[in-house]
Amino acid sequence: MSPKKLSLPTMNDWVAALIREHRVFGPQAKGDRFAYDLLGCAADLRLDHDVTILPPRKYLMPPTEVLITFTRSGKFESVMEGEPLVLFGVHPYDVAAIAQMDRYFTQDHADSHYLARRKKVTIVACDVQSASENVFAACMGTATVPDGFDVLLTLVGETYVVESRTAAGDALLALAGVLEDADAVSLGRREQLWMDAQKLLRRQNLRCRVEDLPGLLDRSYEHPAWRQKSELCFSCGSCVMVCPSCFCFDVQDEVGWDLVSGERRRQWDGCLLTQFACVAGGHNFRRLREERYRHRFYRKGKYLHDRCGFVACVGCGRCAAACTSGIASPVALYNSLLEDQ
Amino acid sequence: MTAEALICSDRDLYLPQPATVVSKTVLTATETLFEIRLDSGEELKHMPGQFVEVTVPGVGEAPISVSSSPDRKDGFELVVRRAGRVTSAMHDRRCGEKLGIRGPFGTHYPVDGVMRGRDIVFIAGGIGLAPLRSAIHWVLNHRQDYGKVTVLYGTKSPAERLFLDELSDWSCRPDVTFMETVDRADANWKGNVGVITKLIPTAGIDAARTVVAACGPPIMYKFVIVSLYAIDVMDESIYVSLERRMKCGIGKCGHCQINGLYACTDGPVFNHADILRVQEAI
Ligand SMILES: Cc1cc2nc3c(=O)[nH]c(=O)nc-3n(C[C@H](O)[C@H](O)[C@H](O)COP(=O)(O)OP(=O)(O)OC[C@H]3O[C@@H](n4cnc5c(N)ncnc54)[C@H](O)[C@@H]3O)c2cc1C
Ligand code: SF4
Ligand code: SF4
Ligand code: FES
Repeated sequence: MSPKKLSLPTMNDWVAALIREHRVFGPQAKGDRFAYDLLGCAADLRLDHDVTILPPRKYLMPPTEVLITFTRSGKFESVMEGEPLVLFGVHPYDVAAIAQMDRYFTQDHADSHYLARRKKVTIVACDVQSASENVFAACMGTATVPDGFDVLLTLVGETYVVESRTAAGDALLALAGVLEDADAVSLGRREQLWMDAQKLLRRQNLRCRVEDLPGLLDRSYEHPAWRQKSELCFSCGSCVMVCPSCFCFDVQDEVGWDLVSGERRRQWDGCLLTQFACVAGGHNFRRLREERYRHRFYRKGKYLHDRCGFVACVGCGRCAAACTSGIASPVALYNSLLEDQ
Repeated sequence: MTAEALICSDRDLYLPQPATVVSKTVLTATETLFEIRLDSGEELKHMPGQFVEVTVPGVGEAPISVSSSPDRKDGFELVVRRAGRVTSAMHDRRCGEKLGIRGPFGTHYPVDGVMRGRDIVFIAGGIGLAPLRSAIHWVLNHRQDYGKVTVLYGTKSPAERLFLDELSDWSCRPDVTFMETVDRADANWKGNVGVITKLIPTAGIDAARTVVAACGPPIMYKFVIVSLYAIDVMDESIYVSLERRMKCGIGKCGHCQINGLYACTDGPVFNHADILRVQEAI
């Protein structure tokens, strides 16, 4: 569908109509920060948010989810969770992270549980209106995204330009009624805004190109920065829990009250946590904080790149904000590796 | 989402198949041999060195190597060491009780590939004999496809030796060279004492003709590989099996990573040349 114009009042009515018809999740104010939650009314939606505490990943891969049910006598059944929902107002870097997750969970062995949820999600992306202090999406090539969404919204002055890319997007947009085509001036302003985003979303500056990162890591395994920075690490795992491009999980069985049946669940796990590579008998394959800290950057910057073709960091800056020790920022780490090259 | 992704998403790789414990044989104080059959009646269709994820419903899952040869059509065997929650619960399962099985997963010893026609040296440390036994049985069942066959086995003490009948069978066979050693002897032990590497120089290995299939703890690999280098065995001719924490078995959970490699899908069996420069490997 060609790009349309959406005035602010029409926008408001459209969101209200969507909320009546669908389960719509979008960024809302939580104290002085923002978080995705179910939208009760259009006024709660904050498309001017800078970044949310957790990324929308929680709707595609919840903190805990059921994989199968079992009985103690050995009957196993798949559980495919996931209900239709609309993610509204997703920033481009988070759209890019969802595309990475799609790739990760379909490559080699398709993960049917992830896909069961994913297929029911419609994404309404929204170009960034205010930048968070730690953001460096522009350095990672995710300040704007060419695809990966069903609908894209861009605020140009006093109106939105809205563009649908899929049948699911068209269906959502139909609820807005008949819309005018976006005029050349609005489209021109949208182009300008996309160019400006390359400056706006560079509050932290990575001193190399994203495609240089795997090579940089290749040369830096023994760099003193791993030890120096990780000396401050609490192994709390916050940096990986808030990350839209971290996908690791643990699996646990839970027996029900009847002691006969139960559920097998998977939950978020993180390679920064002490036990992550620990096996029976207590041997830990990444015993040192330094090893765990380094692994996070290698998995993101090199291993996943070599395997799936992307650097698993979209520059949202959430990890930097979450780390009380101030050592989780990829920009700061990569820049210090670059210093001694 | 691509159409391709939508199609292949139908199979749930996390769903275990129901299976039954057919028999249990105590091997040592901590290891028990389980004979297991899939309730579907189907064969497991594994290759030597591959593993399955075993579910004890309500307790959890553990990766366990298949110890029987693929030639064995009627069920398969696992050797389980009592190491923690899941493995202890397995030991407590009685014959006729149910387990869940996922897999087989991972890579295998190349018994159907580069090992054919070559001399084979199996090097087993401790419970490492369990996975290697699958390959040993296969090679002995198809004896004409291979050159000279040598089995080297090392345990900490005589009490930890597995499959005593089979060990004595191998030591009697004219077409197998079998040598073993224990780290610490007891009063009845008449054999070699010392680390397994001591067996390597005297085993009559012709490096140029040989493929080595090893399975044991990481520390064993460190020393074994040095000894193999000393007799000119090349990295490309050495296969090792590496163990890591595993949760999914299919390259998704991230637990088993060895730098950029996944022990569950790129391994557990690796060619030594492929892990030479992988810092976390050995
Ligand atoms: C490829 C492979 C093949 C194996 N083959 C055998 C075999 O043939 N026989 C045998 O007895 N053991 C084998 N093991 C080791 C066996 O998987 C562990 O002893 C077992 O997982 C321990 O689980 P637990 O619940 O009893 O121990 P706990 O200590 O209670 O487990 C604690 C947690 O750590 C995880 N964990 C602990 N150790 C391991 C481990 N080594 N690998 C993966 N996850 C672990 C468990 O999933 C669990 O979440 C193999 C491991 C791997 C990776
Ligand atoms: S880097 Fe920071 S956020 Fe991450 S585990 Fe260490 S202390 Fe926690
Ligand atoms: S590593 Fe940090 S900056 Fe990069 S995507 Fe994850 S949370 Fe965002
Ligand atoms: S066991 Fe999950 S990635 Fe290997």
